[in-house]
Amino acid sequence: MSDAAPASQSAPQPEPQYATVEQQAEAASFGMWVFLATEVLFFGGMLLAYTWLRANHPDGVAEAGRHTTVVIGSVNTLVLLTSSFTMAWAVHAAEHGRQKALTRLLSATALLGLLFLGLKGYEYHGEWTEHLVPGLNFHQDGPHARTIELFYFLYFLLTGLHGIHVTIGIVLIALLAVRARRGAFSARYYTPVEVTGLYWHFVDIVWIFLYPLIYLVGRSGP
Amino acid sequence: MTTATVTGKPEEPVVATKNYLTEGGVTLRSWLLTRDHKRIAILYTLSITFFFFVGGAAATLIRLNLVTPPGIFTPDIYNRLFTLHGVIMVWFFLIPSIPNTMGNFLIPLMIGAKDLAFPRLNLLSWYLYVGAGFLALFAILIGGVDTGWTFYTPFSSLYSNGYVVLALAAVLAVGFSSILTGLNFIVTTHRMRAPGMTWYRLPVFVWSNYATSVIMVLATPVLAITLILVAAERLLKVGIFDPALGGDPLLFQHLFWFYSHPAVYIMILPGFGVISEIVPCFARKPLFGYKFVVWSSIAISVIGFFVWAHHMFVAGISLYAGLVFSLLSYVIAVPSAIKVFNWTATLHKGWISFDAPMLYALGFIGLFTIGGLTGLFVANLAFDVHVTDTYFVVAHFHYIMVGGMVSAYFGGLHYWWPKVTGRLYPEWWARIAALLIFFGFNLTFFPQFILGYLGMERRYYSYPPEFQAWNIFSSAGASVLAVGYALPFFYLGWSLFRGKRAGANPWAATGLEWQTPSPPPTHNFDRTPTVTRPPYQYRPEPEPQDV
Repeated sequence: MSDAAPASQSAPQPEPQYATVEQQAEAASFGMWVFLATEVLFFGGMLLAYTWLRANHPDGVAEAGRHTTVVIGSVNTLVLLTSSFTMAWAVHAAEHGRQKALTRLLSATALLGLLFLGLKGYEYHGEWTEHLVPGLNFHQDGPHARTIELFYFLYFLLTGLHGIHVTIGIVLIALLAVRARRGAFSARYYTPVEVTGLYWHFVDIVWIFLYPLIYLVGRSGP
Repeated sequence: MTTATVTGKPEEPVVATKNYLTEGGVTLRSWLLTRDHKRIAILYTLSITFFFFVGGAAATLIRLNLVTPPGIFTPDIYNRLFTLHGVIMVWFFLIPSIPNTMGNFLIPLMIGAKDLAFPRLNLLSWYLYVGAGFLALFAILIGGVDTGWTFYTPFSSLYSNGYVVLALAAVLAVGFSSILTGLNFIVTTHRMRAPGMTWYRLPVFVWSNYATSVIMVLATPVLAITLILVAAERLLKVGIFDPALGGDPLLFQHLFWFYSHPAVYIMILPGFGVISEIVPCFARKPLFGYKFVVWSSIAISVIGFFVWAHHMFVAGISLYAGLVFSLLSYVIAVPSAIKVFNWTATLHKGWISFDAPMLYALGFIGLFTIGGLTGLFVANLAFDVHVTDTYFVVAHFHYIMVGGMVSAYFGGLHYWWPKVTGRLYPEWWARIAALLIFFGFNLTFFPQFILGYLGMERRYYSYPPEFQAWNIFSSAGASVLAVGYALPFFYLGWSLFRGKRAGANPWAATGLEWQTPSPPPTHNFDRTPTVTRPPYQYRPEPEPQDV
C-alpha cells in the first residue's frame, strides 16, 4: 500500500487522486483489509488439503504430529503473540504522536519477528537431521510413512509460506522504524504504521491456526 | 483551451487539446511509467489484443485440423494447440478483457474520481500480466504444454512431458495481476465516489465490475495455492493429488474448480455491465429494474462460489453432492435470467437504433440466452452424464464466453471508442463486422451442440467419419468469424487517424464519463462533479449535467 505514502512528510498532502488525507488513509486501510481477505483464501486452500489428509488418515497425521518439536512451536507462539502486542502498542504510540516509543516498539516487533524466524530455522534444522524433509531427504519407516511424508509436505509448505509472510513483515516494520526515527509520522499521519500493523496481526492469526493443527493434534486425546 | 464545455449534443465536436494522450509527454517512457488509469487501460488493450490473436491463431489451427479426420497434426501437437488456446484465451484474454481495459478506463470516470485508489498497484498489475504473458509464450515456444487449460492431476504432475511448471508459474503470476486489479476496483468503488454518487446511482457497469472484483479477490488465491501444490508435486515427486503418492486427484478438482467456476463469472459479469450501459442508451429508455440487475450481479458472484462441483458429476463425487450441486447450478440461472428479462423489458417500447454497439448487445442477449439455457442442460445430472466431455459442453461455454463476453467486449469497444480516442469509427464497416461475427459465431458453434449430443468427444485430434459434415460447417463458420474479428482491427486503426472528431458525447448518453471531453483530461474532470440523479435518465432527454 505504498500508494498511501505522502509526498511531503512534514505537512501531509494527499496523492493527486484523493481529495483529502483522511480519504487516502481510509482507502489504504480498506485496501489492506481486502488484501487480507485474499490471504485468508490463500491459506484456506492449504488448510483444506490438510483437512483432507487428516480426515482420510487420522492415525498417520497424529503420529506425524508427534514428530514435531512442541517446545519450539509453543515458544514461537509466545514470541509471535508478544510481537503482536508490541505492534498494537506501536500503533497506539503513533496515534498519540510519541515518536521515541514508536521507534522502540517497532524495533522490538521486528526483533521478535527475527527471533521467531531463528527458532523456526533451528526447528527446520532438527527436521532435516531426522530425515523429515519430503522430496529432499525424507526417510521414515512404519505403516504411516506415506502419510507422515504428506503431513510434512504440507507442514513445510504452510510454515514456509507463513515464514515468507513473517519475513516481509519484518522488512516492512524495520523500514517503518527507520522512518519513525526520522520523525516521518505524527498523530495526524501514521497510516503506514496502522496498515502494516493490520498485516502483522494477520500473520500472527495464521500462526494461531497453524500451531494447534501442527503441534497439538498428535498429542491430544488418550 | 478553457472548454471542458459540457454538452449533450453530438453536433458540437469539442477538441480537447490537453488530454490524457498528450499531457505528461508522448514518450515510451511516459507510457511505461504512467500511473494514469486511462493510459494503463490502453497498455492493457494493446497487450490483450496481441494475446487474443495468439489464442485465435491456435483456434484457427484447431478448426483446420478438424476439417478432415484424422487431421493434419500429430495428436501430440494437437494437444498442445488446444492447451495453448485455452490457457491464453482464459487467463490472458477473457479474464482481463473487460475489467482491465474498459473497467480501468471507465470506473474512475463513471464515479467521478480522478484515478483509481492505487495507481502504482494498477501499473504493477499490468507488468505482472505482461511478464506472465511472456512466460507463457516462452513455455509455448520451447515446446508447449499438453495438459489442457485445466491442468488435471495426476497427468499434469506426473505424466505430462510438456513445460507444465513454466505454464503454472505464468498462470500464478497473471492471477496476482488479477487480484491486484480486483482489490483496486473494490477500494475505488467504496472510497472514491464523487459527492452525490450513492451506491444506487452507480452505473451497472461499475456494479458488475465490483461483483467481478469480489470473485477475483476471493477465488484467485485458491487457484494460486492449487498451482503451487501441483508444481511442488511435479518437482519434488511428493504430493497430495497423485494417488500413486498417496494423494487424491479429486482434491485437485475441488480446489481447481473452486476458482475456475467463479472465474467463469469473472468472464461474463463485466459483459453484463457493458450490455446494461449500451441497451438503455440505444433504446433511449432507463434500464428496467435497475436494482434487480444490480443485485443479480451480486447474487451471481456469491452463488458462483457454491456450484463448482458440477464440473465433477462423473468424477466420482457422491450422489448427494451431485444432487446439491445440480440444484445450486439451477439456482444461479435465476439471476442470469433476471438480467436477460430486464434488458428485454428495457427494449420494450424503446426508440431503438441499430448502431454497431447495439448490434453487439442484441447479439449478446441472444447468444448468452442460448449459452445460459444449455447451461441448464448440463446442470442436469442425468443429461450431463451423457454429454460430459463432449462438444456439447464446448459449444455451451463458447456461447457464454465468445458469443457473450467477446460480443460484449466488441460492443463496449465501439461504444466507448469515441470517448477513448476522441474519434468516431466508420459505422457501416462496424455494422458489417458485428453481423459477420454473429453469423460466423453461430455457424461455428451451433453444429458443436449437435456433434456433442451425437457423442463427439472434445480434445481428440480425430473423429469418426460420420461427424465430418458438421465439422466442416463449424470450420467454415470459424473462417467467417475470423474475418469478423479481423475487420475492426483495420477500420478502428483507420479511424484513429481519419475518423471524424467525436465530441464529448456522440451518443447523447447519460453517465459521467460522457460529461467530460473526449479524450478526457489526465485527471478526468476539471472540477469534481456532483451527482444529483440516478443513472440512465434517457426519458426525457438528458439535460447537460452540472460538472
